[in-house]
Amino acid sequence: MKSRKMRGEINRMALRLPAISVNEGVARAVVAAFCAQMNPSATELADIKCAVSEAVTNCIVHAYRESEGDFYITVILFEGGLVRVAVRDRGCGIADVRAARAPLFTTDAEHERSGMGFVVMENFMDSLAVFSREGKGTTVVMTKRVGVSAERE
Amino acid sequence: MIHTEYRYETRSRDRRLFVTLYGEIDHHGAVALREELDALLLRERPARLVLDLAHVEFMDSAGLGLLMGRYRLMRELGGEMAIINPNDRVLKILRLAGMERFFEITRSVKGEKI
Ligand SMILES: Nc1ncnc2c1ncn2[C@@H]1O[C@H](COP(=O)(O)OP(=O)(O)OP(=O)(O)O)[C@@H](O)[C@H]1O
Ligand SMILES: [Mg+2]
Repeated sequence: MKSRKMRGEINRMALRLPAISVNEGVARAVVAAFCAQMNPSATELADIKCAVSEAVTNCIVHAYRESEGDFYITVILFEGGLVRVAVRDRGCGIADVRAARAPLFTTDAEHERSGMGFVVMENFMDSLAVFSREGKGTTVVMTKRVGVSAERE
Repeated sequence: MIHTEYRYETRSRDRRLFVTLYGEIDHHGAVALREELDALLLRERPARLVLDLAHVEFMDSAGLGLLMGRYRLMRELGGEMAIINPNDRVLKILRLAGMERFFEITRSVKGEKI
């Protein structure tokens, strides 16, 4: 993996975990702890935690449905309070990303999924991009600007 | 600390069942919670299930699925369901999903509807 600094980059972390459900809580706690240095508001931090939880849970329940694997989180912090979170898996991929992002869309209704994961990511973050290839895996990239009001004080 | 354990405080009166949930509701915890709640509902068969979320510190879409599933079960059993005391975080996701269309959500026990 390239470790060249991106423009304006302050700090970065990379995390690799097995796609097992206990790691949902681990992942969101670690990302939140890392992002705290940006002085986010409590709401901003909670938004990021929830979005990370959605992305990671999707790796666990959908990506490796018929197999086992790891998921990878990269968080980059930029000057100006920008947080960029990427969550990647090498699982089954998504056939139709546009359809998958629609509210209430789920391929797993029998497990009481609400089909709201992508909607949460989109609403709780400033931007969401989903890259996926069937049989190769999925990468979700989300950004959010945080701590701006605190910085101005 | 991450904790995905739940405790119930159940008060049953007039076949109204109050259940207080504690901790973080995510996919990891939802599976066990669903089984426990459903066992409880099938045993007690309340006319009204009231879920107190005052002590739920985190909830994601797995929680939405869990709540919708219990709402459906309550309807099958001929009863109704209500949510009380969600914190601002939990309320935000409940609203995003439009959950107030399915069951009553109140901020306090005396409380006004949302
Ligand atoms: N990492 C992934 N790998 C493979 N498929 C995915 C992945 N993430 C999402 N999907 C597909 O996109 C659909 C929508 O995802 P979304 O998170 O919005 O809803 P859900 O996971 O089905 O339900 P919920 O998140 O509400 O429990 C999923 O049902 C699944 O088919
Ligand atoms: Mg999901």
